[in-house]
Order: sequence, then C-alpha cells, then structure tokens
Amino acid sequence: MKITLNIWRQANASSKGAMQKYDLDDVSEDMSFLEMLDLLNENLNEKGEDPVAFDSDCREGICGTCSLMINGEAHGPEVTTTCQLHMRSFKDGDTITVEPWRAEPFPVLKDLIVDRSAFDRIIQSGGYISVNTGSAPEANNLPVEKAKADRAFDVATCIGCGACVAACPNGSASLFLGAKITHLGELPQGQPERESRVVDMVAQHDHEGFGGCTNIGECTAACPKGIPLDVISQLNKDLRTAMLHGR
Amino acid sequence: MTDTNVTSDAAGFFTLGEPIADTKAPADVPVPQRWEERKAHAKLVNPANRRKIKVIIVGTGLAGAAAGATLGEAGYQVESFCYQDSPRRAHSIAAQGGINAAKNYRNDGDSTYRLFYDTVKGGDFRSRESNSYRLAEVSASIIDQCVAQGVPFAREYGGLLDNRSFGGVQVSRTFYARGQTGQQLLIGAYQALERQVAAGTVTTHTRHEMLELIVVDNVAKGIIVRDMVTGEIETHLGDAVVLATGGYGNVYFLSTNAMGSNVTAAWRAHRKGAYMGNPCYTQIHPTCIPVSGENQSKLTLMSESLRNDGRIWVPKKKEDCAKDPRDIPEEDRDYYLERIYPAFGNLVPRDIASRQAKYMCDEGRGVGPEVDGVRRGVYLDFADIIERVGRDTVEAKYGNLFDMYAQITAENPYEVPMRVYPAVHYVMGGLWVDYDLESNVKGLFVAGEANFSDQGANRLGASALMQGLADGYFVLPYTIANYLADSHERIDESHPAVIEAKKDVEERINHFLTVNGTRSVDSYHKELGHIMWEYCGMERTKEGLTKAIGLIRELKADFWKNVKVLGSAESLNQSLERAGRVADFFELGELMCIDALNRRESCGGHFRAESATPDGEAARIDEEFAYVAAWEWAGEDGHMPVLHQESLAYEAIEMKARSYK
Repeated sequence: MKITLNIWRQANASSKGAMQKYDLDDVSEDMSFLEMLDLLNENLNEKGEDPVAFDSDCREGICGTCSLMINGEAHGPEVTTTCQLHMRSFKDGDTITVEPWRAEPFPVLKDLIVDRSAFDRIIQSGGYISVNTGSAPEANNLPVEKAKADRAFDVATCIGCGACVAACPNGSASLFLGAKITHLGELPQGQPERESRVVDMVAQHDHEGFGGCTNIGECTAACPKGIPLDVISQLNKDLRTAMLHGR
Repeated sequence: MTDTNVTSDAAGFFTLGEPIADTKAPADVPVPQRWEERKAHAKLVNPANRRKIKVIIVGTGLAGAAAGATLGEAGYQVESFCYQDSPRRAHSIAAQGGINAAKNYRNDGDSTYRLFYDTVKGGDFRSRESNSYRLAEVSASIIDQCVAQGVPFAREYGGLLDNRSFGGVQVSRTFYARGQTGQQLLIGAYQALERQVAAGTVTTHTRHEMLELIVVDNVAKGIIVRDMVTGEIETHLGDAVVLATGGYGNVYFLSTNAMGSNVTAAWRAHRKGAYMGNPCYTQIHPTCIPVSGENQSKLTLMSESLRNDGRIWVPKKKEDCAKDPRDIPEEDRDYYLERIYPAFGNLVPRDIASRQAKYMCDEGRGVGPEVDGVRRGVYLDFADIIERVGRDTVEAKYGNLFDMYAQITAENPYEVPMRVYPAVHYVMGGLWVDYDLESNVKGLFVAGEANFSDQGANRLGASALMQGLADGYFVLPYTIANYLADSHERIDESHPAVIEAKKDVEERINHFLTVNGTRSVDSYHKELGHIMWEYCGMERTKEGLTKAIGLIRELKADFWKNVKVLGSAESLNQSLERAGRVADFFELGELMCIDALNRRESCGGHFRAESATPDGEAARIDEEFAYVAAWEWAGEDGHMPVLHQESLAYEAIEMKARSYK
C-alpha cells in the first residue's frame, strides 16, 4: 500500500507546531498503525530527518500509552487502541491525518506525545481504597455479589488512555472519572470512602481544567474498552448523594 | 581468582571466582520456619526515624509499586521512578491469566507446601528452596490484600472468589480477573502508591530513566537518571536503592515484553559490581500469536489459561497443513501433548509445551502462513469446549482474549482454531540477591522479575504476579528495614562517585549523538535479536552459542562505530533512549550466551541439545550444575566475566527428575 501522512510536528511544549506531509510506500495491511510509523521513522532516520515522537509501550492494547488522533478520531476508525489498529483498516492511496490528543489539561510535550499526569492527580485525590499492607481481612470473609463484581470489573478495565477526553467536544474526563467511581462504588470495600471520593475527585477534575459533561456520548463511542456512558450517571448520582449529606 | 574451568564448554570465555552463598536465610531452622524466623530477628526502624530515611525505587510494576506503597505507609520517604508517563503503565499491566495462591478454597488438597513443591519442581530444581517456600507462604495474604484494595477478581454466584488451574499443576489455585489480571493487580498497587503520593510519603518521577548506579565502597548510594522530556541529567541520593525494573526479554527484539522494557538499570548495577544470576534462563511462552511479517515490532501472547479448555494439535500428515483445519477429520489430527503427556495433557509446563510445538513445526507439521519457508504455528482449538458448554460460557471466560486474537489476525477464533507459536516471554535470570533480596552490593535491593531467586530455570504460569507482589508487599518492607536500621553514611552531590557516574552518563550520550554513522538503532536491535533467538533461544548447542558470541561481538563493535542517532541530548529523544538500552543488550546478550554455553545440561527454559534423554526430554546434570551461576563484571572487552557458584541444596524436597508423563 501507498500511504500519505499528515503529521503534527512540534519540537517541544513551548514551540509552535505545524502539520507536515510524508509519503510512505511498502505499507503492508498486516502492520499495526504503530509499526507503520516505525517504518516511517526508519525512513526519516535514514534521510537524516528527526523521527516522529509518539508514545507506545505494551502494543497489546492494555497499557493505555498510545494516543493518536487519526483522521480526527481518537485511536482512529476502529474502536480500539492505536496499537491494535491495523493498516487493513485503510486503503491503498489513503491520506491519513495524525495529531496528538487535544485537550488543555494534556499539553503536548513533543510531536504526538502529550502529558497525561492530570489523570494521576485525579487518582491521588481519592481514586483508591485506604487499606494498609498487612491489615487486610481474609478475602472470602466479604462475599461480593457476582453481578456487582462483574460490573466493577467491566468498568475497572479503563486503561486511562485519555481517548474519552480527546473525543469530547468539552474536553471532559467524566468517563474516566465515572469508571473509577463506579468500580470502587460497586464493591463493599469501597463504601466507607464513597462520598468523600466522588467529591474530591470531581474537584480535582475541575481544577485540572477538564470540561463539564453535557451528555454528548463521544467519550463512550471512542472508548477502546467500551466503558458505558451510565458510569457518568452513577458519578452524578453519587455526587448528588454526597452533597445532600453535606460533603 | 582461580584458573578458568578448563572442562567447561565455555572455557576461554570466563574465569572461575570464589563460591558465593546466601547468608541471610536462617539455615539452622527447617525451610518452612525460615521466614518467621527471619522476620522475628530482623531489626526494626522506629517510626520517628523512618521519615528521615529515603528509599529510591526504580520501576513501578507490581514489585515496585507495591514496595513503594508499603514503605510509604510505613513512613519512609520514597522516591519512585519509571520511564513510562504514569506508574500505571508498567508492563505488569499486560499479564493476562492470573495469580497463584495456596488458599485451598477448592478443597482439592492445595497447601503452602504443595505450591512450594510445584514451584521448585516447575523450576527444575534450580531455584532456592528458602525463597520459593516464602513465596508460597505469603501468597494467601496477597489475595487478601488485593481484595481489600478493590481488585475485582472473578466471583462465584455465592459471592466467594473463583479460581482456575494453570500449566504445570493439578490443583485449582489461580485467581483471576477475566483475562486482565495483571492490569487489575497493578491498578490496585498503583492506587495504593498514588494514595501515598497524596499523603506526601511518595514522590513519583515519571518519564525518568535510570542510567547509572552510584556506589561507594560497594554500598549503593543513589542513582543518576535522565529526565526523558528535558534531557536533564539528575542525581538522586538515598539510604537504599530498590531495582524493580522487570525482565530483559527484549534482548530478543521480538518478545511479549513492552517496547520500552529494558535491562539498563540492572545492567548498570551489574557493571558497578552486582552479580547477574542465571542470565541464560529465558522462558518461552508456548501460546503467542505467530509472527506475521518482517516489520513486526512485538509479539502478543494468548493467556496460558486458554490451555485449560483449548486443545492443541497439528495435522498428522504434512500434506494437510495448508488445509482449512475444519476440513481435517479427527483421526488425522495429532493432539500431541495429550498423546505424549497423558497425565498433564495440554497443561504441561511452558518449557515442555513450547519445545514440543517447535518440534512439530520442525517436522514440517506446522500450520498457518509460511514465513521464510516454514509454517510456524500449531492449533489451539476450542471447538470441543464450545460444543460442550456453549459459546456464551466460553465468551464469558475468555471473551477479551478472543477479541484480541481476532483484532490482530483478522480471523474468528470461535469458528477456526487459533494459531499459536512460542515466543520469549519472561526471564528467570536477573540480579543475584540473598534471602533479604539484597544484592552483593550493600543497600541495593532487587525485586520481582529483575532478581533471579524464586523461579529457578522455568516459571510456572501465574507465578510472576505472585512474586512481584510478594516481594513488594510482604518481603522487602521487612528486609529493607533490617538494612535501614543500621546507620549509613550519606554522601552529597560533590562526592567523586557521583561526579564520575554523571560523567559516564554524559559521555555515553555524547558518543551516541556524535558517531554519525549509517545504521539505525532499531536495525542493530533486530539483528541482535535474530542472533539471540537463533542460537540462544528454545534450543541451544555448543557450536551455536560459540558462534553467537562471535557474531554479537562483531555487531557490537560495529554498533559503537556506526550507529546513527539524530536530535539532541537536551530534548525528548526516543532514538537516544533506545541507543543506550541496545548498547546494554549487547553486553547482556553476550553474557547470556556464555552462561548458556557453560551450563552443559538441559533444565527448564534452558535446553541444550547435547543433554537430552533418548526420548528427547531435557536431561539435567545435577552432579555438575546444581548451582546458581552468579556472574561478576570484570571490565570492558578483553576482560572475561567471573563465575561465582552458589550451590543449591534441597532439604524439604527430594531432588528428582522432572516428569510430566
């Protein structure tokens, strides 16, 4: 396949970026999208041009590191991570536009790499259960209804990639937030901190500069792990309850 | 130093040093009591003093994050480093199948002893008894800890924990969260770590890579790191250093490891005096998606748990290999694992399953597309189980794995059997540590996959996660306290050891950026990987390994003269990052070959063709090789590494040939 790429190039956080065009021959449809970029970088390196910086690590769709807007869609045309997107999703002769996640709380560090540490700070504000090592009770002393355990698992599969934010016209991280609130809120272990958790995490979310949710649903449509939109309802419900209790 | 061991196949590549021993495990009490005994007599640090003590932890996977969270809770100042953009992305996150624990919830006869027994036997009697016993002993607490953190393990309808069985064992002791157990365990540890960040006990340094260890009089004092965004070279000094940096399987270029997984932190420590234990022990995972083409950057494994319900086969006749598998009748299929190993069937340990798959393909009975003239794949077939329990049940159990397979191969595994082939997955070798997980460099602790101690020559499935969390949550917090209880002299940044370490880092970076050669870093890495897979992969020979050492040396020399790294040091520069890692992979690869050459026996993940039984099974040579090979760095080219041997004695378990027939 022959592919033309329009790629966002930006030397560092403070410099101005611009789109740059590259042509690539010999793309095979079995390549992943990132392997196609590896090939581009080998060519650039050979020509003495600075390779395109992009994030990836596990390349198995689970670490959440890769993060590209491809033709305006988070992770590209398939609902998956960029590392699991294959060139068979494109046609010979296609022109593909590649940009970094766009959201104010995710500043560009170089080319296609952004800083997502705002997500870590949201977790720091309450996205955990307070239990010290060594003080845990015997695991089977606390049964968990299978349906609840399954739902907790379904939403705990969030990989923190940030596609929800990148896809949202408001730049909201409500899906990410709702997934964590729902994961811990479904489990008996998560109850003691349930109310303080939601209040603190929402406050941190807003403080980081993520936008509000207006129920557009682009987040869940772009989510490679299929986190459902109702986690945002759960988030709002938990927040209302907490506020009712004067938290 | 004595003379080179002339009887070794590796004569001329190493010298023999003094024997080495683990002096921390209380040898005067029986194996099952050693950990209690060690804990009872380990020194303590009073809570008021802990906040004055700084612990540096490199790596934020299961071992690193768990240790960071636990030491933070205890009140130490923890400085945590990772090369990823968030601790949550460490490669532990990719583990699929599960985590072992001797809970005996199934009433099927499991116990600490049995898990210990399976671990030592599975490791082909090349792990340390005391360490393996402790691993089994603390395993049950790991499940308790993770459940309390909110890890959503699979549950039965009664609300209790579900579990399943895994390769190499006959009980059901593996706890799991669908096919994403590693992810859920890591998120638990990550959240505990972030909780400590909020509490102010842990400081995280993301996108920072450790490039040098600072050692003064054989005591670890700190590390040199590079800020991967700004390029700034930073010094971090502390009272102890923990390396929890994972494995080095990426020396093979193609592996199931994350792209960034590397050996640099461990290798830099090795060059500063830390011994490297059993580097040749590489685990080849039997069920990975086969290589599809030349530009492939990594391999994806299909969880070993699939072997519970999938049946592995190849056609009996070569001429059937290109056919649609559904058109091959039952009588023309060879379910070779069930045939050769009737007691364990498809659940034989990883080394055995891998080697048999290779033999089938070598015989010309492999399936899937031809790559370089050979079909490298065997079928992992779910037709029987789907017929027996229905597609829905299979989907509930393995759905995400099936989806992943379909995504990568564009084939539907519910309809046609999966194709799998072995790939490099995990390394049992790593920095040498004693029972306290302390290396021979004082104050340098090594945890998880980065150390060598618990798994022997082969790791059983679902035991990697167990070791990472055991080391991080339940071992290091005691043993490191014992070290920290004694006062240690601090150094400052003006100390000559700091200046020298920093200078080494800067010179190295400067070299890469000024060579101005013609070949990319990745092209060298790929070539090194080919050499390693060909000659130091699933099957090794004296001739092949000797050849590999020569090839690696030539390629390494060319790399230093001819590598092309563009860009600057003072910016985000991914080629520069990779250049440093590949440089270390060259040195490691050479040592792996020397270690493999010297170990003229077959055991676990190390199969020497010269040492096989008449029916082709691995033949161990206990009289000569029942030892840990601890290698000492002797210097750059021209200096031969020094082999220290730690002999392995078995008290609780009788050492016998490993058979799964």
